[in-house]
Amino acid sequence: MANTQAMCTSFLQELMQGLQNFTTSTGNSFKAALYEATATYNASTTAYAVTNEVSGTNYTAGGVAVTNGTSPQSTNASATAGVAYWTPSASITYTNVTLTTAFDAVLIYNNTNSNRAVSVHTFGSQTITAGTFTLTMPTNNTTSALLRLSTT
Amino acid sequence: MAMVFTTKGEMDESLLEKKEGVVDTDNEHTTWVEYWHNGEMVHRSAHVTLKKALVLSAAAAKIG
Repeated sequence: MANTQAMCTSFLQELMQGLQNFTTSTGNSFKAALYEATATYNASTTAYAVTNEVSGTNYTAGGVAVTNGTSPQSTNASATAGVAYWTPSASITYTNVTLTTAFDAVLIYNNTNSNRAVSVHTFGSQTITAGTFTLTMPTNNTTSALLRLSTT
Repeated sequence: MAMVFTTKGEMDESLLEKKEGVVDTDNEHTTWVEYWHNGEMVHRSAHVTLKKALVLSAAAAKIG
């Protein structure tokens, strides 16, 4: 029983179906929910669920909104290869929370469109006591962005 | 005087024992801070910087 970092497989299908739109302002809204270390969220996760989601003081089920200030971008590396990428434009922050059960994963999901799952990101197990938990995003570029679609 | 939000409300940092730590792996850089009062942890915060991006590989098949 463990969470596993992965892009959700259903998300790949939903990109082809036009059900996941990261365009700033006109696109969908996304949220970030935290999950206990005993959970099993991974590539097979298809949507947000309350099962094994953390709970505690000042944490609202469903998590917090993801700030999307920059639309997906793309660049070509050659005639046959390129990268499209996207990263939330601000840290994901849970303020003044108490989360006593260890958690080690965040699920990014589309709360405009049926809570469809995007990706699971794992980190070392944490608890928070009357404190703040912050997830800082990687640099939004072709090599480090949180989500990258790449051809080679 | 710096004040710290704790399980007992706002407390002066000078009254608390502070513990800090860092975890650095290929996947994350994490810093955490704890404040203790009379042997009881009254505050713990953590700051995780994600390092590892998720990459989807895409391909277009050759026709013919």
